[in-house]
Amino acid sequence: MSSSKHSSNQLRVGDSPLVKWLLIGLTLFLTAILLVVPLIAIFQQAFMEGAAHYFNSLIEADTLHAIGLTLVVAALTVPINLVFGVMLAWAVTRFEFPGRKLLMTLMDIPFAVSPVVAGLLYLLLYGNNGWIGSWLYDQDIQLMFAWPGIVMVTVFVTCPFVARELIPLMQQQGREDEEAAVILGASGWQLFRRVTLPNIKWALIYGVILTNARAVGEFGAVSVVSGNIRGETNTLPLLVQAQYEDYQAAAAFASASLLAMIALLTLLLKAFIEWRQERSLKIEAEKERQVTQ
Amino acid sequence: MATHLSATETRPRHKRVLPGLSLSLGTSLLFISLILLLPMSGLVMQSVDMGWDRYWQVISDERVVASYKVTLWAALLASIFNGFFGLLLAWVLVRYDFPGRRILDALVDLPFALPTAVAGITLATLYAQNGWYGEILESLGLKVAYTPWGIVLAMAFTSIPFVVRTVQPVLEELSPEEEEAGMTLGASDWSVFRRVIFPALWPALMTGIALSFTRSLGEFGAVIFIAGNMPYVSEITSLMIFVSLQEFDFPAASAIASVVLMASLILLFAINIWQARYLRRLHGRS
Repeated sequence: MSSSKHSSNQLRVGDSPLVKWLLIGLTLFLTAILLVVPLIAIFQQAFMEGAAHYFNSLIEADTLHAIGLTLVVAALTVPINLVFGVMLAWAVTRFEFPGRKLLMTLMDIPFAVSPVVAGLLYLLLYGNNGWIGSWLYDQDIQLMFAWPGIVMVTVFVTCPFVARELIPLMQQQGREDEEAAVILGASGWQLFRRVTLPNIKWALIYGVILTNARAVGEFGAVSVVSGNIRGETNTLPLLVQAQYEDYQAAAAFASASLLAMIALLTLLLKAFIEWRQERSLKIEAEKERQVTQ
Repeated sequence: MATHLSATETRPRHKRVLPGLSLSLGTSLLFISLILLLPMSGLVMQSVDMGWDRYWQVISDERVVASYKVTLWAALLASIFNGFFGLLLAWVLVRYDFPGRRILDALVDLPFALPTAVAGITLATLYAQNGWYGEILESLGLKVAYTPWGIVLAMAFTSIPFVVRTVQPVLEELSPEEEEAGMTLGASDWSVFRRVIFPALWPALMTGIALSFTRSLGEFGAVIFIAGNMPYVSEITSLMIFVSLQEFDFPAASAIASVVLMASLILLFAINIWQARYLRRLHGRS
């Protein structure tokens, strides 16, 4: 975030040192209690019974299987939602059509719906008693309580992220560049790759990171459709729950520590992307200044 | 006062030159129908199949009604807390420079990035009787884990970023003139904040609180570990759906889910309309 700092002779609310340091102190205190200590506690609990125990619990067959399944789910979910997000953002920011606003609101539904409800929706439709599921059952295809169901609900839960990052940016950038490229004879794919993509690159990457983080960590929806078969349909978050409820706290936190590391990596990448964006904005502003001089 | 609308709305209608309308719109509609609308229709059908009497009986069951109350109250308290904490965080991040500001800014998103089950077991462990916080609270005669307060805590944790991230951009763009005028005229910090800054912030603050509330209503993973899940006392509505499913009572699960779904859809539409209105007002003034 580029908080534009004002020159020191201006008088603004809350600038007196007493107020300032009081507020900063209070914020840091609350953040430490609410966010930092829990984060540390994950790793402290994971190593509670020593490093050897930690690594042993990570290489258990069930854990390795859960890691694998989680990666597969993310690897399938992210590209699907990447394509959908770009398509949707292109449609709603580049064209006017009736129902455009409604489409954008519909896209937000997965954010507002409880993940348990999301899981239930899929179970009703594709479960063995559902009207699509019963037909699939006759064809010997099982989606629910198996990995395809997990992928399907994960796609549902994470579908708004990419579009949400792209839409405000593409709206703000407008369509002039792209229209110029078309008039100059660019084909659809050239237009997207040469003009649109460079402009939305960072927002797209950020959308992917968010989608991935949520896909890896989804719990409620996945737990409804997974059937919780250890070593078969357990993703990492479900394994965390299973181990925790089996009173294997250290093992549960060891699995949780992997997810926490992914979360930390997500935050790090986000900070990096923001720093890159800020820098490119500064460089552009500098260029413009030189041109006008 | 000139009424500018946002750039996209004032754009004169001109001939469409960009390609890909049918491809992008077609894909989007197909995707939304398959992923979203089709599964939702399944829920409606299941609920209609039950018949009104049975439906009403399920959704007005005493234990389920108790879960509505617990969920609503906990979500309300959690989002009010986040209104204060989020405003404080946004203010400190935007207005002050101090060592570690960037780390703090990054940390704000931790609750979004951390899987809810991980948050759940961690909070439950910290606040349990023998946990770091639980011990301190115990000596003060307080109990958080396995009580409704645990639900409030888990909901507050998972929805911290909403208020911060909606208030932060508005605070960044606030022009300093009015504020300086007030300060130069000798008004106190507090009265300038109350009269000048707060009125500009509150639409964003309300949006953030509403988003935080909506998210809290649906939160499941973080809550179930710390709630204790005692019938009539600390069961959330999502859990009631989950329990019905484990008993293979699909009609009951669907009935309760339809209530939750309607509540969240109404909230979502209300937030979107409210946001559109205040954005227009904001652009109209500038």
